[in-house]
Amino acid sequence: MIDLIWLIPLLPLLGVVINTFFGRFLSGKASAWLATLLVGIAAALTLVTIFQVRGLGEEFGGETVTLYRWMTAGDFSVTLSFLVDQLSLLMTMVITGVGFLIHMYSIGYMAHDPGIRRYFIYLNLFVFAMLMLVLGDNYLLMFLGWEGVGLCSYLLISFWFSDTVNADAGKKAFIVNRIGDFAVLLGIFLTWTTFGSLAYADIFGSIEAVSAGVLGLITFLFFVGCTGKSAQIPLYVWLPDAMAGPTPVSALIHAATMVTAGVYLLVRSAPMLDEAILISNFLTRDLVAWIGVLTALFAATIALTQTDIKRVLAYSTVSQLGYMFLGVGTGAYIAAIFHLFTHAFFKALLFLGSGSVMHGMEHGHHAISHGQPAEADDHATDEHGHADSFDVQDMRNMGGLWQKMPATAWTFLIGGLALAGFPLTSGFFSKDEILTLTQHGGYNLLYVIGIVTAFMTAFYTFRQFFMVFWGKPRTEAAAHAHESPSVMTVPLMILAAFALLAGLIFGLPLEDGVFHHWLEPLLYGLGHHEGEGYHLPIMASLAISSIVAIAGIALAYLRYGRRPAETVGEATAKGGLLHALSYNKWYVDEIYHALIVRPYELLAAFSARFFDRFVIDGAVNGVAKLLSVGGGGLGRLQSGFVRSYALGIVSGLFIIGFVMFLTIPNELRNYFSQLGTPAILTFVVGLGLLALILWTTLRPRKTVEAAADPITHTS
Amino acid sequence: MSALIFWLLSIVAIGAALVLIFGRNTVHGVLAMVVNFAVVAVFYLMLQAPFIAAVQVIVYAGAILVLFLFVVMLMGNDPGPLWEHLAVQRPAAILLVLLLIVALVPMMDVRNLTGVTATLIGPEFSDPASLARLLYSEYILPVEVTALLLLAATVGAVVLGRRGAYRTKREEVLDLDEVV
Amino acid sequence: MEALTTITTTHYLILSAILFSLGVLGVLMRRSAIIAFLSIELMLNAVNLSFVALARDLVSLDGQVVVFFVMTVAAAEVAVGLALIVAFYRSLGTTDIDEAHELYG
Repeated sequence: MIDLIWLIPLLPLLGVVINTFFGRFLSGKASAWLATLLVGIAAALTLVTIFQVRGLGEEFGGETVTLYRWMTAGDFSVTLSFLVDQLSLLMTMVITGVGFLIHMYSIGYMAHDPGIRRYFIYLNLFVFAMLMLVLGDNYLLMFLGWEGVGLCSYLLISFWFSDTVNADAGKKAFIVNRIGDFAVLLGIFLTWTTFGSLAYADIFGSIEAVSAGVLGLITFLFFVGCTGKSAQIPLYVWLPDAMAGPTPVSALIHAATMVTAGVYLLVRSAPMLDEAILISNFLTRDLVAWIGVLTALFAATIALTQTDIKRVLAYSTVSQLGYMFLGVGTGAYIAAIFHLFTHAFFKALLFLGSGSVMHGMEHGHHAISHGQPAEADDHATDEHGHADSFDVQDMRNMGGLWQKMPATAWTFLIGGLALAGFPLTSGFFSKDEILTLTQHGGYNLLYVIGIVTAFMTAFYTFRQFFMVFWGKPRTEAAAHAHESPSVMTVPLMILAAFALLAGLIFGLPLEDGVFHHWLEPLLYGLGHHEGEGYHLPIMASLAISSIVAIAGIALAYLRYGRRPAETVGEATAKGGLLHALSYNKWYVDEIYHALIVRPYELLAAFSARFFDRFVIDGAVNGVAKLLSVGGGGLGRLQSGFVRSYALGIVSGLFIIGFVMFLTIPNELRNYFSQLGTPAILTFVVGLGLLALILWTTLRPRKTVEAAADPITHTS
Repeated sequence: MSALIFWLLSIVAIGAALVLIFGRNTVHGVLAMVVNFAVVAVFYLMLQAPFIAAVQVIVYAGAILVLFLFVVMLMGNDPGPLWEHLAVQRPAAILLVLLLIVALVPMMDVRNLTGVTATLIGPEFSDPASLARLLYSEYILPVEVTALLLLAATVGAVVLGRRGAYRTKREEVLDLDEVV
Repeated sequence: MEALTTITTTHYLILSAILFSLGVLGVLMRRSAIIAFLSIELMLNAVNLSFVALARDLVSLDGQVVVFFVMTVAAAEVAVGLALIVAFYRSLGTTDIDEAHELYG
């Protein structure tokens, strides 16, 4: 099966090809099912491969499957080959598994969208690109996937491109990502010049020979790319806006898979990262940890006050990614990947749940505004498809959906518990492991920030839950909402099962479970180092995490659950300065706009209005004009009469002779000087003649033509 | 004796050239050139170049100039308009040529030359056999290249002479008439 | 008087220069294509004369060899040149080279 690993990325690509070229022969629904089925097969194949690799035992150190030589230039050579090891298989499982469920969910979610086939083409393409990213055995192939998922992300964010907001969000995501991608590219260049190869095996085999500073620069550049792709400070700004895309896309790309590519990249580069030093004592890993934890805290503070159901989740994603980078930064690679794994389930679940809520709200809204059964309405263009101003994503418009959508509510509750880190849920195990290892690594400050963030996470998650599902409906639309079809709720339930149980199944016993044994052979000896100072006992750490999570949930209950807001107006919280700062996302977008976008626009305007018009165009037009005038003048010399040319030749003879006379060696010149006046006179008169000839031929053409006329008469 | 011949023939040669340049009859011009070439052939003989002299007479005066005569016959004895329509062309040309003579003639007085007397060198200096030996040994490559050039010239002349290889102005006018 | 009675290489060279200049004059002045062409032949011939004179002076046959090649090339030139003149005449009905002046700038 390992040899057939190429089938796994091929299947979604096949879906792209079929739906692109032969899609018009299929109904939208058939296209959707085809795409889903192919990803499902890929998931099944991955599962088979995983069991096969497990059968090989812990000695299995990864296997490279080479398809063909991709490109060769000089001694630069890249092969198209896949690296099958524990990490890539795990990522592949997440991508195909969660991807399959989200594909399935999308069938119901996008059922009435006219662009359903395009949607599934993009989605399949994304799965393909993401698989290339994780399966590639070298950085270039990884980068191919990296760019591919960026493209798909752009295409899917602006999927409903007829709305300017969505198109702008797509552009924002793409441009912000470009900044990071450029850094990755630089990192790859540097890797090539340093190691002479881009294959992981070659690079990690010769790390000792490279100075820590160079490794530091390479990993720093990679990390800059990660801040773009995985939405960390300072490049996180695109992810919240990326929620403009269809909700399943948010779940798949902007929560479960693509945004974790940065974590994957760093963990994949772990051998380099371990040795990399940025400046003197400051490791690249320290930078990663600090950025990660600050991002986690920062995004959590914003999520506290958001009213858009998807934005809360978006900021929580940024925050959770921050945890993963904290894990990477403190060397807890397995814990980071574990959190990536569990997060993929519960965050996909939450997004899909919110999509289900919106779907219900949408139909409820339709039912009341058009007075017709929602099922018969094929105009369900979801989030932004409406002309009226009713916002189905605004949590203030919801409330009391527990009774209307029980399946969604239950699964959402499970997802929320996992995100909040409620004891024994999957998120609890993975997050706690990161935090514990942070503390054990000697990063006490980071640990405290992480705990504070965990508290906020629990609070905002349940604030959201209570606002959406608790109390009584605050609007007519909420009152008329109803449960989504089973094609949507079944994936929710499967994901809920994983979100609830993944930690128990894979994570126990602590730091020694199935998951850890799986990754151990690959990451053995890498990463975590015990720091100095006091080590919190594991049980104490677990207790702290549990208390913090429960306290956050309790506070949310006190504030939003015990006495839910009855009306929309009441739900609109009034707060002080901090509330305003949080609600307006610390004005980061505005600051970026003022500091970067605006000067850039001014520079562009200056370039366009002044520089381009006067300097560039001026130079171009000036040269053209010079040549035109000069050509027009010299063109007069070409009279068309052969004898004029002959006269020019003879005159030229004199000039050349004169120049030769001036430049010949002394001995010869002495001889010529004996010639005396006649020769010199000859040259002088010759020059005069040349002037005469020029004057003749430069006279207006009219004369020449009038003179030329009689010839025709004589002949 | 040879000095007298030289002076006489020089005058003939220059006179023939002047007839060519200022004559009003093309046939006279061609005949003047025949005279000129013949005179130059005599000079070649005096300069101990019998083979070149023979070729000059046979090829130049005999073949090439006859070819000229044929062409003149073909196109009529029209010397073309003798007046000048290009301003300054004629005075400029005359002045320039005079200056050329003024410049060239003193330059020809090169010091290192030994001077010419007919008896200094034996006749074996330039018999055709030694010339041929030189041509077909040291100069064999140029000879072959020239042969190729002659072939190309032959082909070129044939192509140019072929009727229908190009449209003449008359034919164009005729076509135009048909259209009108 | 010695310059008149003793003919040296210089004499031939000066004669050659004069003939060459006259050839130039012919090319510059005459509008008849045939006469211009003959003038070119005159120039070639003048050069040939100087070659032969110098060959004699330097006691080297190389100069005569060059003349031989010049003649050959001249023959080729005449063949093509006359064909061109004939074509020109057939096309324009005249041998006036100033008739062909349409290629001006």
